[in-house]
Amino acid sequence: MRETPLSNCERDFLLKSIEAKKRLDGRQTYDYRNIKITFGTDYGCCTVCLGKTRVLAQVSCELVPPKDARPTEGLMFFNLELSPMASPGFQSNRQSELLVTLNRQLERCLRNSRCIDTESLCVISGEKVWQIRVDVHVLNHDGNLMDAASVAAISALSHFKRPEVAIQGRDVTVFSPEERDPVPLSVYHMPICVSFAFFQQGTYLLVDPCEKEEQVMDGLLVIAMNKHREICFIQSSGGIMLLKDQVLRCSKIASVKVSEITELISKALENDKRVRKEGGKFGFAESVAKERITVLTREEAPLEMTDVQATADEIISKADAPPEVVPSPVIVATGTGQVGEGLQSTWGLEDDDDEEEEMSDLTEREKKKDEVMVISDSEEEEVVILNQAGQSKCS
Amino acid sequence: MELDIGSSVLREFGSEQSLLSKPDGSATFMQGDTSVLVGVYGPAEVKVNKEIYDRATLEVLIQPKSGMPSVRERTREQCVRETCEAALLSTLHPRSSLTLVMQVVHDDGSLLACCLNAACTALMDAGLPMSRLFCGVTCAIDAESQIITDPTAQQEKESRALMTFAIDSKEHNVMMSSTKGSFSVKEMQQCIAVSQKASERIFQFYRDSVKRRYSKIL
Repeated sequence: MRETPLSNCERDFLLKSIEAKKRLDGRQTYDYRNIKITFGTDYGCCTVCLGKTRVLAQVSCELVPPKDARPTEGLMFFNLELSPMASPGFQSNRQSELLVTLNRQLERCLRNSRCIDTESLCVISGEKVWQIRVDVHVLNHDGNLMDAASVAAISALSHFKRPEVAIQGRDVTVFSPEERDPVPLSVYHMPICVSFAFFQQGTYLLVDPCEKEEQVMDGLLVIAMNKHREICFIQSSGGIMLLKDQVLRCSKIASVKVSEITELISKALENDKRVRKEGGKFGFAESVAKERITVLTREEAPLEMTDVQATADEIISKADAPPEVVPSPVIVATGTGQVGEGLQSTWGLEDDDDEEEEMSDLTEREKKKDEVMVISDSEEEEVVILNQAGQSKCS
Repeated sequence: MELDIGSSVLREFGSEQSLLSKPDGSATFMQGDTSVLVGVYGPAEVKVNKEIYDRATLEVLIQPKSGMPSVRERTREQCVRETCEAALLSTLHPRSSLTLVMQVVHDDGSLLACCLNAACTALMDAGLPMSRLFCGVTCAIDAESQIITDPTAQQEKESRALMTFAIDSKEHNVMMSSTKGSFSVKEMQQCIAVSQKASERIFQFYRDSVKRRYSKIL
């Protein structure tokens, strides 16, 4: 399916409203949409809703041999996927330009900023290290995928816990979560992306563009920053010329937004930790707003099972009994087998044949039976015999 | 061997509809900790090589939580697709495509049943014409020959046999079955009878959720 294109009227309307400092959803120029962060039941699973944009991140780990050049460092692998659920224009297993850009940006934002201590992921130098895999699934596309993906990925990484390992000589024992408490990753800092959309060759600027705004923008500036106001990566795309002041102003806005979002992530993490500790309910099922008309839940309840036994018995009694007698296979010769007695072939034979002929045929068949026992080890052999029988009948 | 079917429960379950803005219909279905998110697109234009001249082409995609879709996902896709094809009146939309994209959010047992329930809820949300509704119920038979409905991942692992049935809402017939492990004919019939009982509760849930949505009363 193809993406619905933007009509000229919509385009003009959007650009005019941006000139008039108005946005479709009633936000101000520097406003971010609402961010909602929820964690799943297992460690390292996180959903981020940025307005209507929705992203799911899952972190997993496995033991792998390290790279030869860096034998003491763990590996990080990022995989962002544009699920066809997010937008009809996205196709699974196709490398689109957007997909490559987003994957590369996520990698630069999280791996190249060295926010995760990869040396602590080493188990045995040069032999076994942890590979941390981050899967980011885009579930709904309403603009600004990069910011949502970066928030989801870093939240999931901070939430994730890897299994505890013990090393004795060269033996590595991986403990299950029941045996020993899993250990969290050491996260040095949290880089978070903030996107700025530029319109009319950089005259107008909007923070956190929605999908329609992204379709009419001229250029995009993405700044990844942590709460210590260190820029982790910066990328300008779309081919617009930005002035030095503009970039500086953007970085100032980014620093404010990043500190807000970092605050939100740490609050969400703390909440989840508290609930888990207290033994309360957690996970996505708990985070669903129950007061919506589109939501309905039912409590766990036993099933009424009064007449189940009777129904099952009835069905069985009605059903035909399965055939009990299974004919044992006859092995004619090695490598062959046959089930059943084998009736007289009626192919080319007529029932009202002469008795004499039938008699001779029978004797022939009897004779043949012995022969078959001895010589027949392929179908062709039998064909030959049948022909003989036919010939004898003709004579 | 006598089966014990006295203590079957369905875990706490629930759904949310229309939670995604882009797809034509979307729903999430949760059974205990198992949770699946579905988006439906369609009827929409279809690729020429997939076009069927007298009905709509249905495509089902299941995305695992981590890694690429594998053979396991393909078999689940096929189970869901064949059930949906039987329920949907696809002849009303010839030469068009219907796409169901499912995302596994958490797997804690009875995943295929949850996929089926989520698919049906999403199809209802998308307002596609269907001849009947369907639901999925998973039954496990444990080592003591006890039937467990809606098993968790742990119960699935300890079970001797695992059966998932898709049940239709009209006559409570079996639309699809997927089984694993060994069991007798009698055990299977009992599991079907249990699933039919359990399906009544899920169909009542579908009815309640539609009522709640359109009466707009909480």
